[in-house]
Amino acid sequence: MTGGALSSLELPRIAVLGAGHVGPVIARVAIAAGYDVTIAASGDPERIALITQVLAPGAEPRWAADAVKDADIVVLAIPLHKFAAFDAALVAGKLVVDTMNYWPPVDGVQELFEDRQHGSSEIVQRRLARSTIVKTLNHIGYHELEDERRPVGSPERRALGVAGDDPGAVDVVAEVIERIGYDTVRLDSLSAGRLLEPGGPVFGVSIRRTEFELAVHAEAA
Amino acid sequence: MTRAPSDAVGASAGEPAQFPLVLGLDTFGDVTHDDDDRPLSHAQTIRNVVEQGVLADQVGVDFFGIGEHHTDDFPLSAADVVLGAIAARTTRIHLGSAVTVLSSDDPVRVFQRYSTLNAISGGRAEVILGRGSSIDSFPLFGYDLADYEDLFEEKTNLFAELLKGGPVTWQGKTRASLRNQDVVPHTESGPFPAWIGVGGSPQSVIRAAHYGFSLMLAIIGGSPARFAPFSQLFQQALERFGRAPLPVGVHSPGHVAVTDEKAREEFWPRYLEVIRSVSKTRGFAIPTKESFLYEVGPQGALYVGSPETVAQKIAANLTALGATRFDLKYGMGGLSHRALMTNIELYGTQVTPRVRELLM
Repeated sequence: MTGGALSSLELPRIAVLGAGHVGPVIARVAIAAGYDVTIAASGDPERIALITQVLAPGAEPRWAADAVKDADIVVLAIPLHKFAAFDAALVAGKLVVDTMNYWPPVDGVQELFEDRQHGSSEIVQRRLARSTIVKTLNHIGYHELEDERRPVGSPERRALGVAGDDPGAVDVVAEVIERIGYDTVRLDSLSAGRLLEPGGPVFGVSIRRTEFELAVHAEAA
Repeated sequence: MTRAPSDAVGASAGEPAQFPLVLGLDTFGDVTHDDDDRPLSHAQTIRNVVEQGVLADQVGVDFFGIGEHHTDDFPLSAADVVLGAIAARTTRIHLGSAVTVLSSDDPVRVFQRYSTLNAISGGRAEVILGRGSSIDSFPLFGYDLADYEDLFEEKTNLFAELLKGGPVTWQGKTRASLRNQDVVPHTESGPFPAWIGVGGSPQSVIRAAHYGFSLMLAIIGGSPARFAPFSQLFQQALERFGRAPLPVGVHSPGHVAVTDEKAREEFWPRYLEVIRSVSKTRGFAIPTKESFLYEVGPQGALYVGSPETVAQKIAANLTALGATRFDLKYGMGGLSHRALMTNIELYGTQVTPRVRELLM
């Protein structure tokens, strides 16, 4: 992307937790947008060295604790069924981007998420009480994330929702999404972020910002 | 930033020349409809699949695979039995699963069934192992979906041991241990070909390399070229594990008819219906005509069109992906047996010779 006067030193540092389907793709597009990116799985970084080198060249594989410690933004890209065992202390005090979804037919029934009153990111926030959760990237396919990027002003530029209870955190994450190559539509709470979930009006749908805004406002009304 | 799919390609992907080109067909045994558009019985659907496999052999297709499913729309839960029937009526075509959901099966039984198929067919059996993106088999056989990764890892390990032939000693958490156990039937001439089907998990790519299985990329949506790094990852992992290069294959859905228009007209309404019905459980977005045409076009994952269109797309993507095998997943719930037979005939008589010509 062009137009960024900021060097990577001034941009927030990003740690991606998860080296499965999703993590390397997010790392790759973040690197392309100029960010410093580390990536971590549940164990020894040596185990994901080859995956990182080939699928997200430029990202640095690290132990999760080291990656998080030096990061301004932590992207949680693990399978949701692993979340119940995720160590909340690991990301205490951090801005955490929740990219996960709850699909019982795919993940199996997860006791923790069997709560129809709350969205999955609200439940993530409850468990990671000392972190600030922002919900985004859950409603675009990991296979689309690279292909559908467009520069600012492109009539084809797709919009993504960014939802959170902390407006400052939402701004920080929205800035990242925009630099990666998407317009953003901000939702002012994790509760409103339920509109981004499976079965919601914008889930998996490639639409521009005005259509996106219409879709979420129609639903919220 | 551009929209060229080559964005995803870090470097040239693999060296395809050293393996023979293999062009196959896969089916999930979708229930077909009769001429009045009424669904046929499971039994008739299965008998039709046998006929389709026999025709595939007659028209020169290299491989015929059946993907295990367990639902009303996809009643082919015992693929190996159907493959055995096809084996008895054919002499040339290779036969295999596409995929066997190994996570919810017993590797010993899978080995026995495909080793038996190998015996019946005179050495034409193959197996493609999957972790299970179609998850109906987990509750059916009493497995917890949350364990699928661990189940697949351990069972792949055991299956690799079984394939070596000879008595097996193995210990794990997911089944009884084996101590110096002879597992029969023995194969006549070494292990039959085994592949791992991968939908997007880099760990599965590493796992295939680790155990020395070939890599089958299941590409069902989006740009095929974005999988090129997976080919590279596979070959580099093989090197790291001290193994010789192994082939990479591609499995993608499609439909061949006499013209592009006819293929699209036949396929689109069925595709829409099938994806609509699985979208809730699988998290797929419901396709629009626009997204469908994108998938059918050069940037997408569907091979729907005339023989020339489909052949051009296969040749282009095999080259981009460093792959030497393509299996077209034909059929889509609700299409007629007649349309599927035409698809198979065109694939064998026109598409495959044209792909060979293009890749010469």
